[in-house]
Amino acid sequence: MPKNRYRFPASLVVGAAMLAGSSAQAAVESTDPIILTLHNWTGQYITTTIMGRVLQEMGYNVKYQQADYLAQFAGLESGDLHVAMEMWETTGKDAMEKSLATGSTVDLGETGMQAIEEWWYPIYMKEKCPGLPDWTALNDCAEAFSTAETAPSGRYLGGPVTWGGYDDERVEALELDYEVVHAGTDAALFAELESAYQRKAPWLGWVYTPHWAPIKFQGEFVEFPAYSDECYSDKSVGVNPNMAYDCGKPRGWIKKVGWKGGEDKWPCAYSAIRAFTIDNQAMGTMVGEVDLEGKSVEEVVEAWLDANKDTWTAWTQCN
Amino acid sequence: MTGTATMGVSAFPTPGGYRVAWIWAGFLAGSLVVTWFGEYWSWAVTFPRDWNVPLRYWISDFMEWLIKDLDFGLFTFKEMTRSFAWLLEWPLAFASRLLVTGFSFSSDPTAEAVLQPLPWIAVIAVFTIFGHWIRDWKLALLAGTCLIYLAVFGRWESAMVTLSAILIAVPLGIISGLLIGILAHRSVWFGRVIEPVLDLMQTTPVFAYLVPVLFLFGFGPVAAMIATMIYATPPMIRITMLALSQVPTESIESGLMSGCTPRQLLWKVMIPSASPGLMVGVNQVIMLSLNMVIIASMIGAGGLGFDVLSSLNRLAIGSGLEAGVAITLLAIALDRLSQAFARRGLEIHRGKENSWVRRHPHLTAAAAVVVFAWIISTFLPFVRSYPEGWTITTSGFWEELVKWINVNYFDQLEAFKTFLLLNILIPVKRFMLATPWVVVVAFVVLLGYRLGGWRLALLTGSLALFIAFTGGWKKGMVTVYLCGLSVVFAAMIGIPIGIWSARNERVHRVVQVCIDTLQTLPSFVYLIPVVMLFRVGDFAAMLAIVAYAVAPAIRYTDHGIRQVPAQLVEVAKSVGCTRGQILRKVQLPVALPEIMLGINQTIMMALSMLVITALVGTRELGQEVYIALTKADTGRGLVAGVSVAAIAIISDRLIKAWVARRRAALGLSGT
Repeated sequence: MPKNRYRFPASLVVGAAMLAGSSAQAAVESTDPIILTLHNWTGQYITTTIMGRVLQEMGYNVKYQQADYLAQFAGLESGDLHVAMEMWETTGKDAMEKSLATGSTVDLGETGMQAIEEWWYPIYMKEKCPGLPDWTALNDCAEAFSTAETAPSGRYLGGPVTWGGYDDERVEALELDYEVVHAGTDAALFAELESAYQRKAPWLGWVYTPHWAPIKFQGEFVEFPAYSDECYSDKSVGVNPNMAYDCGKPRGWIKKVGWKGGEDKWPCAYSAIRAFTIDNQAMGTMVGEVDLEGKSVEEVVEAWLDANKDTWTAWTQCN
Repeated sequence: MTGTATMGVSAFPTPGGYRVAWIWAGFLAGSLVVTWFGEYWSWAVTFPRDWNVPLRYWISDFMEWLIKDLDFGLFTFKEMTRSFAWLLEWPLAFASRLLVTGFSFSSDPTAEAVLQPLPWIAVIAVFTIFGHWIRDWKLALLAGTCLIYLAVFGRWESAMVTLSAILIAVPLGIISGLLIGILAHRSVWFGRVIEPVLDLMQTTPVFAYLVPVLFLFGFGPVAAMIATMIYATPPMIRITMLALSQVPTESIESGLMSGCTPRQLLWKVMIPSASPGLMVGVNQVIMLSLNMVIIASMIGAGGLGFDVLSSLNRLAIGSGLEAGVAITLLAIALDRLSQAFARRGLEIHRGKENSWVRRHPHLTAAAAVVVFAWIISTFLPFVRSYPEGWTITTSGFWEELVKWINVNYFDQLEAFKTFLLLNILIPVKRFMLATPWVVVVAFVVLLGYRLGGWRLALLTGSLALFIAFTGGWKKGMVTVYLCGLSVVFAAMIGIPIGIWSARNERVHRVVQVCIDTLQTLPSFVYLIPVVMLFRVGDFAAMLAIVAYAVAPAIRYTDHGIRQVPAQLVEVAKSVGCTRGQILRKVQLPVALPEIMLGINQTIMMALSMLVITALVGTRELGQEVYIALTKADTGRGLVAGVSVAAIAIISDRLIKAWVARRRAALGLSGT
């Protein structure tokens, strides 16, 4: 669409912002702030802060903006927001693909972290249910995992319905004697776990990693039949010949997503974001330092930057 | 409901009492027939899926068109809303520089601030001096203490982020509310149009319009501020309309006689005369804006709301509580200051012979403190920002407390919960879900007809049908169940406390503080401990709703009983009634309409809590709104939101119609 020269303030805004930025560092393509989104879990603050600090080292201006994990796509498409550092295959794949299809956002590659999301129990439950972690032991222990409302069936606390995950289908396909209860938020989910753990009470629920919970609490993931695309899409594949979802959850990538327009505006920054990688181990340690030892995110990130200078300077070599 | 309805009628010289009985008998018979033949008439029991109107898709498409395609020639619709957001950003940026980041006067956004933000000591001093100027040392002390808490508990910077947003949102809300209110007062036509819009604005859950607001105004503090204004302005509009209509005719006439132009009449006569009423509206705008702090932080406002959310996500209950109390104290400080401001009459004229400084001691003192603190803050860092080493925290204590309760009393709590669940909650829920929708709609229509005639019946009926046809029936019934039971419990707790507090001044004072806290403390703060003790589910949700919604039940009961004419009580005493008899035979019946209005408010607040309870996993319309928010689905969110509003409006209209009849029967004036 041809830009109308006399278009009302919106174009003025852009003009003013450009003028305002032009006097700063000349080394970078544009000094307009690159807006990174923050969600509500510590790991994501850490990855985002690392990226933000690296971009600052490169001379870019960076702004952080709180935005909802899924609702942010509206902002990424319009250019209100620029980069989201963690989009999990397990929970955000659909939204991300839908957004990429509009052509306004761009896939900035994997972070190198592997998301694991699965049914999880505290380690002391192994005494009450020795067959674990194998999933076939679950039905024998249904009673042990039950509560007054669900007895004699076991109770499994799933994530918020918006996370997907097909747990209701899994229970049916694997003929598990469990009732799926959905927590409304991450906080509610782990509040229950914390409460049960304090009392050494039975608990079975959706835990994911990288996250502080599997660091703070000792426990294990249930081992379901391994995931495959066919298991989800093809009824005949898997343990139950008549139903899909008769396997565990996929373990998946965590990707970075960005506003398409940023590619032309800050090409060097985008190449650094593409190059960003970190592994579960390093991430888990940092999350633990923040959530369990009470350090600040900035402190932990600075320590990482000091210790890994070679790693991140390599990202900044754009070509 | 039927019970109260017939009770209301019995006070009349029953106009056709038999007919009433026949109508209800017919309804009962009809319901039984429908339920009986449910197998054959399945369409009458569960709402058929293919009757659904795809309204939510139409709305989403419309929104898409609005954002992507609507072009006014010179500029597009989106550019228009974005420029509006851009305009609002200026005052907001100024306030946040003044209080949080400082002014850099440089084009480089990362440059060091040249002029530091207002030092914390100066802000506290200004609030204290302001409190003294408005009333007395007591108020000054209160305001000062509230702010000192923010510094001592290490919440200063977040609190200033929140305060800067409030300082802009509140005046904008007040001004726009006032202007719209004036317009509605002047033009009958506009007044009639605005009424239902206000109803919707007040009852639709905020989450429902967050998505369109984000689309139109972008992510960030401005969008959060606009959402805050949509939520907080309606009471101001309503109160302006009411206050203007209550200006005594004598004032208007004397204004006209002295030759006022319409404009002079409005600004010099009507507004000043209505100002005590208007100040109530100002107070409401402040309180509601602070209520929005948490939700605003979800879409990028930051500040205290963000502290609460991020603490609770780490399950740092204590630190979440401290941040939540900071919001409460900020609300209390602003509320008390604005209320005192409203009561403070005209300033005493101090004569012109004195110097300006003498005539304005407070302003001078405040200016002096600010300038002095600002200057020394460049040398002394502890004046600039409160030193981290001076902060204290009680968070460990709260976490230990919850843990202690959890470890020692979980079984007792669990037994109590299980009892209520199995005997009350689950049966009621089953009943609500099993009742054929046709019967429910018929019930609502009949009730509307009995209480307010055909017009009310038409309104309630069509609202109920709206929920059915847009596909929200089942979740709507769960909503009614969850809120209905919560309201019953809230009334069972709130009315006795209200009675007690009306009859005992000391109790009254304690209760006031408690309900103020309950209403401003973000519910998320106690929701997480509730989940830890009662697990995810309807029961935890209900506890949170009751805690939040009990306040109006207490407040209105207290108020209603205090308002019973003293002569009535005297007469009762003189004929030898005991205190208990006076309460049962005189005070309660006379106060009943007021108490019912309290229940009405309780219902409204229970419904407004739904989106919060969706966060702990309830499956009602609030959850629908919440899902729509996370999926950025405008249509789905708005339709579910309007369905919640429909439930609210149905119950509001029915209760108000009942109260009006009851009042007429008691011969009270309709205030």
